[in-house]
Parts: sequence; structure tokens; C-alpha cells
Amino acid sequence: MIEPSPNASGTAALSVDGVSHSFGSHLVLDNASLQVPRGKFAVLLGLNGAGKSTLFALVTRLYDNVTGEIKILGFDVRRRPTEALQRLGVCFQSRAIDPDLSLTQNLLYHAALHGIGGKDAKVRAQVALEKVEMSDRGSSKVRTLSGGQARRVEIARSLMHRPGLLLLDEPTVGLDIGSRESVINIVRSLVAKENLGVLWATHLFDEVAPSDHVVVLHKGRVLFTGSVPELLTDSKATTISDAFRVLTGTTASLEAA
Amino acid sequence: MGAAATTTSAPILDETAHSALTTGNYWACFKGIVWREVLRFLHQTERFFSALVRPLVWLFIFAAGFRNVLGVSIIPPYETYVLYEEYVTPGLVGMILLFNAMQSSLSMVYDRETGTMRTLLVSPFPRWFLLLSKLLGGVAVALLQVFAFLAVAYFWNIQPPPITELKLFTAFEAPAVLSPVIGSVTEPIVYAFVHVPAALQPYMGYITIIPALVVAGLMLGSLALFMSSVIKQLENFAGVMNFVIFPMFFASSALYPLWRIRENSPLLYEICRFNPFSYCIELIRFGFYGYVDVVSLIIVSLCAIAFLGAAVYAYNPSKGLIGRRGGPGAGA
Repeated sequence: MIEPSPNASGTAALSVDGVSHSFGSHLVLDNASLQVPRGKFAVLLGLNGAGKSTLFALVTRLYDNVTGEIKILGFDVRRRPTEALQRLGVCFQSRAIDPDLSLTQNLLYHAALHGIGGKDAKVRAQVALEKVEMSDRGSSKVRTLSGGQARRVEIARSLMHRPGLLLLDEPTVGLDIGSRESVINIVRSLVAKENLGVLWATHLFDEVAPSDHVVVLHKGRVLFTGSVPELLTDSKATTISDAFRVLTGTTASLEAA
Repeated sequence: MGAAATTTSAPILDETAHSALTTGNYWACFKGIVWREVLRFLHQTERFFSALVRPLVWLFIFAAGFRNVLGVSIIPPYETYVLYEEYVTPGLVGMILLFNAMQSSLSMVYDRETGTMRTLLVSPFPRWFLLLSKLLGGVAVALLQVFAFLAVAYFWNIQPPPITELKLFTAFEAPAVLSPVIGSVTEPIVYAFVHVPAALQPYMGYITIIPALVVAGLMLGSLALFMSSVIKQLENFAGVMNFVIFPMFFASSALYPLWRIRENSPLLYEICRFNPFSYCIELIRFGFYGYVDVVSLIIVSLCAIAFLGAAVYAYNPSKGLIGRRGGPGAGA
């Protein structure tokens, strides 16, 4: 089979096609399909337990997708994992940086995990810290950072190898309002400046902007994928939260989930 | 707050930079993983001191107390009677390797529970390479601990003798159940293959022990890595430590020569001989005296390959045990 011209300008940053996954007899993803276009901020909306983290684990190849196909910038995650993972940056839901190392040391470690060392890694670390407005804290231990600062370092880390797709799994959980805004603004600016495709998983409606691409995931099934206006039109709702409730048939407040 | 985000024009997205991974990339990755392991260890001074104190307590108290209780006859590689402290030192070096491996395994279970292991596993490098690099990082940390211990032991008058020649040593006694089939070879064969320059002779034991430490460290690290994949929770690990560390350590030649065990229990003797840790100890013991114990080297190497293979299988996302339970990043 011929690979569909990876990195071509029309190739989606992320393409998930017919992916199912179960743990034992429990089906957690059911024939899920979605796309994240290049240079687009896509929001993956779903309640806790919707399958967001499982989808991320499949995209990052922590689990192997048994059915369906996942491609990052045209590279199949299962058949071309090296090329696919080279183009992927990730921020997982739980903090995954070493608290005993400095910011720069964490970034250099991550660079090494992508085969980048020496002066190149140091320059990239400095650039990445500047991107998240943390360049003056390079020698600080991660342990001394606030939750929002640590999250920004994780974003900097995920940019070290210059990916084309950035996955963020509920990156604002546990952050105060100021930190949330800071993190969101930084990521949105990266999308605009760097033509980065972003998949932002959340259950918070106020993190969705009118220009975003939206994917609604509920009980393992993708119920909607498209723009915010299309979401409102399809569900005949006036707000995103109402649209979500109409689509999923839930009545509970999503923010409280 | 740091400088504005626009202070540099370097693009983040650089697709043209991506190509097949080169040898240089592999080397950078390997160096980075080992560097992090060593850095983490150096930052954890308590871990360093506890790793050092444990064998020293055994050396200064246990070995001194048992000096007159446990007699050690002249057995290879010793060419004369030795004090019990001298006999037990390679066993205590093995203990450092064993505890360090289990400590690494413990931290991997913790990393898996908290999710930090995912950072390692989403690297584009093959998983076997990542796991092997991490193992070698653990071995590097173990080497630091071992040489700190040997430095203290040096001032306790436990030093390798001057080594004039490097020698191959082989002696194999078939397990009792197999001896009717394959016979029993017990006569040792010694073959000198390298003459050591005079200037190096007093220190040669500290050099020849290194390959033995690396191979033994890899075997124990691989075993611990495999264990970390089959252990579901951190709490379960303590029990497994008791069922692995203590039986492995005590049912080996670390504290007493196996012929002494055979005198009391032939069954326990056979168990000790099936314990791969016994061969780690002997590999280290012979290495300290300038010998390559061929049988131990073969057994330890084969066990290392088998355990590493099992660990890589367990961490394989499509086949392994981890994925069936909810994945290596089960923290979130």
C-alpha cells in the first residue's frame, strides 16, 4: 500500500479512522473517526470516561490500535511509528516531568529522547522556554514551580523536537484562572504562528473558541466533528454546553464532571 | 516572567529536519537516558548513602562477627586462605547490584503509576533500545555505588591481589538431575591469555571487575524490569521484593561457599546452583581476581538476554502484558 504523501500540505495533522479499543470485554472506543487539520486548534470534548485518554494512548502508541487506522501527518502510527512519533508532541493529563531536575535538564532529556543532543538541544531548549515565557527559569528545579508554570514547561518540552501535531490531555486541570488563560493563550499563539495542529482534550466548555474545530466524544463514540457554528446548527442549540447535552443526552453539568 | 515569546524567529515546526534515525541520534538518546539516571541518583543523596551503608553494615558487623564461625577453604579463585570479609565482599557487591536493580524497578512501577514513564515510551526510538538504555543507566548508577563501597573496603584492607595475568577459568559441575545425561565435569581449567603490565597489576582487579559488574547488572536489571511489568501496583512490589531479593541473596554463594551448603543440605545446594544470582556473584568474584569465569559468564549472559527479551515483550504495546492491563501509562 502506498503512503498518502506524508507531510503534503493537504495532509491532516491527525487522522483517526474507524478506531476501536477495549479493555477485556469493556469497549472504550467504538469505531472512532476524527481529523485535526493543519494549523487548527481542535477541541476534544467529552465527559470523564468518554475515552479521551484512551484515544491519546492509542495515538501516542502507548497502546497498539488493533482495529482502524491512526495517522500523524500521513504516517501510520502502527506501521511507521518512528516517523509518526517524531512529528508528535504530547502533554499528558498527569504531570510527567522530573521534579528533581531543572527546567533545562528536563528539556535536554526530552531532546535526547528524540535523538537531539549537544548545542542544538541547548539552543532548542532556550527557544522553547522563550515560547512559553519561562526563559528566565531554566536553572530552577521543577519542584519550585507552580502548577501553571509546570504545565508551560511541559508544553515547551513537547515542542523541543518541532512536532507538527500537539496533543494536550486536559492540560488545565487543577490550574487557577490566570494559569488556565496563560496556557491556552500560549498554545493558541503556537497554532497561529507555527501552523501546528493541536488536539486539546477537555470537559470545560469555556475553553472552546468560535474558530475551533470541535470533536464530541461520548462513551467511546464520536458524535460530532466540525466547526463550532456547525455544532450549534446541527444540535439546534445556542450554546456549546446545550449542544453537548443535546448530542449526548446528558443533563449533568459538564464542568462538574 | 521570561522574555516575550517573539524574541526568536526559529520555527518550531521543521518537517524537513525529520528523517530516519541515525547512529548519532541513537547515541544522543542513549547518552541522554544514562545522563538522567546518573543525575537523578546524584540528586538523591539519601539513596546514595543508604546504598553505601547497607553493604558496609554487613561488612563491618556481620562479616566481622562471622569471621571465626564460617571457615572458607582454598577454593578458586583464591590461592590461599582468606578472611571471611574478603570472601563476602563480592557477595556484597552483588547485593548492591541486586538492590539497585530492584530500586530501578520500583521507580519504574512508580513512574508507570504516576504516568511519567509515558515520556520515555512515546520516544520514536524502538522500545527495546529505550529499555536497554535505561538498564545501562541503572548499571552506571550501580557502578558508582560499587566503587564507593570498594573504596571504603580498601581502607578496611580488602583489596584485590596484584594480578599478573588475565586468565580464563572454567569448571562445570552438571546439576544432579542432568549429570546422568551429560556427565559431570568438575576439573577446573585455567588458561592465561593476557600478561598485565607491572604498573597496572596492583589495580587490575578494579578494572577486571567492571565487565563482570556490567553483565551481572544487566541481568539483574532485566529481571527487575520484567518484574516491574508484571506488578500491578506499587503496594504489591514490597511483597515481591521479599519473595525475590531475600531468596535470591541468601540462596546463593554471596555469604557462604556452596560446598558448605552441600554439607548440610544437598537439596538447598541444587537450588543455589539454579539461582542465577549465584553465577553473578561468582562472575564478580573471579573478575575481582583477574579471571573470566566462563561458565558464569555464559549463564549470566543467557539469563540477561532471556529476562530482557521478556521485559521488552511485556512492554510491547501490541503484544505485552502491560497493554492487556491498561497500558504502560496507566497513571491517568
